This record gives sequence, C-alpha cells and structure tokens, in this order.
Amino acid sequence: MTETTLLETIARFNCVYASCIDENQLESWPEYFVDDCFYKVTTADNYQKGRPAGLIYADSKGMLKDRISALREANVYEQHSYRHILSMPIIKLESDGNVSAETSFSVTRIMRGGQMDIFATGKYVDEFQCCDSNWRLRKRVVVCDSISIDTLLAIPL
Amino acid sequence: MSNMQSGLPAWGGSTTNVPYWLYQDERVLAAEQEKVFQGPTWNYLCLEAEVPNIGDYRTTFVGEMPVVVTRNSDGEIYAFENRCAHRGALIALEDSGNAEDLACVYHAWSYDLTGNLKGVAFEHGVGGKGGMPEMFKKSDHNPRKLRVATFCGLVFGSLDEDVPSIEEYLGDEVASRVERVLHKPVRVLGQFKQILPNNWKLYFENVKDTYHASLLHVFFTTFRLNRLSQRGGVIVSESGAHHVSYSVINPDEKVSAEYEAEKLRSDKDDYRLLDPSLLSGIDEFGDGITLQILSIFPGFVLQQIQNTIAVRQILPQGVETTELNWTYIGFEDDTPELEEMRLKQANLIGPSGFVSMEDGAVGGFVQRGIRCAGDEKSVVLMGGEDIASADYRATEASVRGFWHAYRNHMGL
Repeated sequence: MTETTLLETIARFNCVYASCIDENQLESWPEYFVDDCFYKVTTADNYQKGRPAGLIYADSKGMLKDRISALREANVYEQHSYRHILSMPIIKLESDGNVSAETSFSVTRIMRGGQMDIFATGKYVDEFQCCDSNWRLRKRVVVCDSISIDTLLAIPL
Repeated sequence: MSNMQSGLPAWGGSTTNVPYWLYQDERVLAAEQEKVFQGPTWNYLCLEAEVPNIGDYRTTFVGEMPVVVTRNSDGEIYAFENRCAHRGALIALEDSGNAEDLACVYHAWSYDLTGNLKGVAFEHGVGGKGGMPEMFKKSDHNPRKLRVATFCGLVFGSLDEDVPSIEEYLGDEVASRVERVLHKPVRVLGQFKQILPNNWKLYFENVKDTYHASLLHVFFTTFRLNRLSQRGGVIVSESGAHHVSYSVINPDEKVSAEYEAEKLRSDKDDYRLLDPSLLSGIDEFGDGITLQILSIFPGFVLQQIQNTIAVRQILPQGVETTELNWTYIGFEDDTPELEEMRLKQANLIGPSGFVSMEDGAVGGFVQRGIRCAGDEKSVVLMGGEDIASADYRATEASVRGFWHAYRNHMGL
C-alpha cells in the first residue's frame, strides 16, 4: 500500500468513526476497535506529565460496549450531540506493519436548547492494525487540549 | 426583613428549609468569601505530593482568592495570596513550577517563597533620580499570608488567626476516616477540572446527600451489580460541617447475595457488563468498606470507591459557576496490578464517571429550576430534623449539618 493510499484509508476511517458518533450510531462505535483494544480520554497536561489516568479508560472492546449501554440505559444527562471536524492524519508505517497516526479534532457540542459550544479540541494518538484488509484501532488516546470539561463528558470523542 | 449586618435577606426559619436566594445572590458570594472561605475554616490547597521538593510551588485558590503554595528552603510549606503588593497583579502565573523566588512580571517586584517582599525594581531610582521615598519599607508590603496545616499529605490553608488546629477542626471521627485512606505516601495519577453550571453549595450538598445516591445514580442497579449485601451509614461531625458516608460488605450475606446474583442473571431484560473487570478490586484497607465519601467544610472531598481514590476541590467561580478539581491518586508503593485496578475503576468517577456523571449536571438542573423562586425554599427533612450520625443513609442529616455550620459562619 502506498503512503498516499494509506493516508486516504486512515482519513476515511476517521471520517466514518466521527460520523458514527455524530449521527448517534453509538452501538457501532466499538466496532472501530480490535477486541483487545485500548481507549482513553485524557488531557494534554496529564499526557505530557505521563499521568496514566483517563476520564474514560477502557482496555477491551467489551468495556467500550459497556460504556454505550450505560449511556443508553443507566446514565442521566441532558440530550445533546457532537459534530466532529477532523484534520488529515499524520501517519507513520511501523516495522510490524501497523500504522501509528495523529489526527487533530474539534468537537462542537449542541445542547437540547440550541446552545452550541466548542466542547473539546485536541488530537487522537492512534495505533491502527490491519485485520483481514480492514483497519481497526488497536489504541486510541484522545488528548484534549484543555484541562477542563464543561459539565460532563458522556458521549465518547 | 433583612439581616442588618450583611444586608442579606433573613433566612427566617429552620435549617430544614433552605431559601433559594442563597444560590443566586452576589452579596451572598461576597459574604461567603469573607466569612466562610477567609473565615475560621481550613481550605484544601493541594497535596504535599504536588510540592515535594524545595522551591516547588503550585497555584490554587481559597474560595475566589488566588493563592500560591510553596516548599521553602527550610522544608516547610507556605501559602500566601497570589497578589503583588505593588499593583495587585498575580505573582505566579504558572500552575506549578520550581523557583528560588517569585517575581511579579508587571514591575518585577520579587518575593521569597514565604511571601516576603524582597526586591523592588529601581527602589533607589535610576542615576539618583526617582525611586521609592525614604519612608517606604518593604516589610510593610506583603501579600496576605495564610496559616498552613498539613494532615495525611493534604495541605490546608486559613486566613483566620484564630482557626482551631486542623485536628480539632476535623474532630477525631472524621480525622480517623481521612487517616484510614491516606495512610501512606500518595502518587498523582491524573488531574481533571470540571466546570459545573451551578452555585458551589449545590455541589457540596450533593456530595453530602446520601439520599440521592441510589436514586440518581442507577449504574449499579441497571447492571444488577450486587449491592444487596451492603450496609452503610453516615457520620456527621459535631459542628455539622464535615461528613463521612460509607458502605460495607457484610460477609455474612455472601451466600444469599450470590444466590440473588444467580437469580437476577436469568431475568429477561437484564443488562450485564460485558467486561466486569472494571469492578474487580481488592479490600486494600482490610475493613470491607467499599465506599467512603468524606467532606471537609467548606469545599473538600476525599473519595474512595473500591480502589479508586480521589480528592476533589470545590471552588466558586461567580454565583452560578463552580470549578471542581479532581486529583486521582494511588500510593507510591502500588503494584502495577493495583494501579491498573485504580485506573479502570476510575471509570466510575469524574466528569465521565458511571456513578458521578450525573452530579455534574444535577446542580445545573436546580440552578435553572429555581430561576424565578428566590423567595421559595427547599425541603431538607429526610430522616427528621437533626444532624446526628446514623447507621442508614435515607437521611439528609449531613446536608442539614452543612447548613448548620454555614449559618453559624455566615451569621444568618
């Protein structure tokens, strides 16, 4: 696969990943990850200081699915949605055939009453793995630029 | 009718009815800054672990007052107002750092790490011209200094000269529950800030409110995670100001609990966690207490839910906004396995927490709900009118305790 094709592949992956969240298809969200995945939402401050905790911290696809069923069935929060705007990824082909990538994001949150805010900006720090010609995330660390979260972070980034 | 001293309306009644203007009035916030945060209270500033070395400093707040905490060359911790004595600008602009002294960027007045003014740029003028007059003494011009107390690695500060010792302030029962958790050196695992759309008191009440826990937070019940065998209670300090709520696994009920769990699994519309490793933990304190939420007036929380431990600092940012600072901690001697448990269980807490997400929003629901109800009052009667400790949690005793202490400080 040429680097241009790979770039397109990862960029396209990110577009449909974001669309899945923005269009409220959250049940499909875990399918963008391999079974033995790692997903964490943290801040640039914690990331730079090497502090391991996350706002969301999952080390299996099961935990991602649990996150969604908790959002659907258990957690209480006001209705809202996101709109992701993503940059082109910066990619690097690793010696083991996997791809590491970084992609910037900006997420606007739209509240029930119409209020719109830039809820988060930051970068995805990713490791992609190709399984049966499908690329999946082995690892996605969502590094938010700001140290603060307004009210709550329910829907994943 | 108004309160003559503060110009505030009168509370006019029992602590079981809390008037809503307390969450809305700018004058209340101003009075709180003076009487609560700068009054005879201990305010949580930071962890000792955040200023471990000589020269380390960290900026924080007492209410809305900006504060610098330092580790001076004598090894002691000092705290002073983060306000230059010259024109009032912030002295320290970073969240944290290490320095021999701190200089204001505006006109380069500099301070030692205990908050003493040491340097005034061009104090004697330039080329014999200008400079400060003879009568100016640097020692007359210092930012306000705080009294500092440390307890179990927590750093507290007070602006009041007559505040009781931290041990006396907490009381034996609350102090021993802090010691139970923070019994050895801690390590910071992460820090997060959450901005809440409500008055600071609504969040502090929420922390103390043992009544809402199983009603608002349905994560455990939805997933049929076994809570049946747990008993619990609430401790309210003598002053009412502080509280501890806890739940304990009752070992005698293990068998029936397992039976219940089996039975529940066969329920038709049963939601189960696909990966329950989220909840695997160990009884690291050896007393079966799986949950302990502890609050120290006016704005500190120590939380242990299984093996996830965090401290929270509650700060007002104006009348209708609250800053909630989370510091997730483990211990220096944690095994990698234990740290991993803490990190996974941390999914329960914080702005995205399965059991704390709602707390970020519910205060805003109140703030918006009471918009036109400043003269109305809430009902805080669950469990009666007293503020005593209890071996059950269907009570609002600790919320009443908060208001009891608050009224005393505010003179309301």
